[in-house]
Amino acid sequence: MSGTAHLTAPAGAEPAGERVKIQIIPVRGLPVVALVMAFVVFAIASNNKWALMFCHVVGGGLWTGIDLFVGLVLGPILGRLSIPARAEFSARFMPKMVIIMPTVVTMNLAAGFQMARELGNLTASSPNHAWLIASFCVVGVMVIVALGILEPANIAVLSEMNKKVPNGERIHRLMNRFIYTAGILGAMQIATLVIMTRVASR
Amino acid sequence: MSDTTLSAPDVDRPYPPVAWLTSLALGFVVVGGIIMASYAPRQAPLKLATALLVAALVLMATAVVTLARIRQFAWKRFAVIFKWALLAYAIESAMIEFAFVKDHMHGASLVIVTLMLAVFATSVPVTIAFTTARYADLEDD
Repeated sequence: MSGTAHLTAPAGAEPAGERVKIQIIPVRGLPVVALVMAFVVFAIASNNKWALMFCHVVGGGLWTGIDLFVGLVLGPILGRLSIPARAEFSARFMPKMVIIMPTVVTMNLAAGFQMARELGNLTASSPNHAWLIASFCVVGVMVIVALGILEPANIAVLSEMNKKVPNGERIHRLMNRFIYTAGILGAMQIATLVIMTRVASR
Repeated sequence: MSDTTLSAPDVDRPYPPVAWLTSLALGFVVVGGIIMASYAPRQAPLKLATALLVAALVLMATAVVTLARIRQFAWKRFAVIFKWALLAYAIESAMIEFAFVKDHMHGASLVIVTLMLAVFATSVPVTIAFTTARYADLEDD
């Protein structure tokens, strides 16, 4: 078909010209996710301070770091690549994001809420209470953007790429959601850094 | 058309705003959740949380009815994605519920939080499955 460029695998991985079948959910990563979730449940059930702190800091650090890196560094680079190059990168990158991001977000939020409760930061008399409410609002905005706008687009793009003839225009349109929301997520993540460092330094 | 494009663009079929309705429902329960969490461990004002929950339930019901009335749709594709996404978000919701129960939330507050989590666990899978199925090829379904 004129004007059609198929996604091809890197040299040595697949025969030249063969389309890469994208695995939307990387099944091999699921046991790791299960282990992480089990650890989060253990941390909450035992109220172990180190385990809660570990889940909250590691989850939050990864969430913020990945969001800012993807939005501010990878995003602009991707925007300048040719559409087939962008599609090939996305075909390998986005499935990993499908399991990494919900896992680190759950680690961070579940452990963070429990820790805030244990430390008394949720009580109205706590000097950190207002900051925590602000962080809830910031997280709320990020949840709506991530789950209501970005994740459906991510899965739809991967599904489109698995078709015999992917529609480049449709992929481009869905990927635009990431560009439009990058600024919102970047601002929310920077707000999170300000709030959390403020809470931790009191 | 550019030779770097993956394929010629098709005209997408028009669909009702199901994803908007479910995303708005998600927004309402997120705001309700923030209100409930910001009062923990005290009792949150339930009137506002209940109003937000009812609005979210109405939006979800509207989305489901609207979705069910679509004639030409990749239902098999929708079902496969919905099923797995529902499993993932049911697990996530169960973890949040576990944290609230462990923190001794009970009574009307727990009922409201549970229903909010039910909206959360279903709205996101519907949004993901609808967004994917609307672009699926009907002949492949």
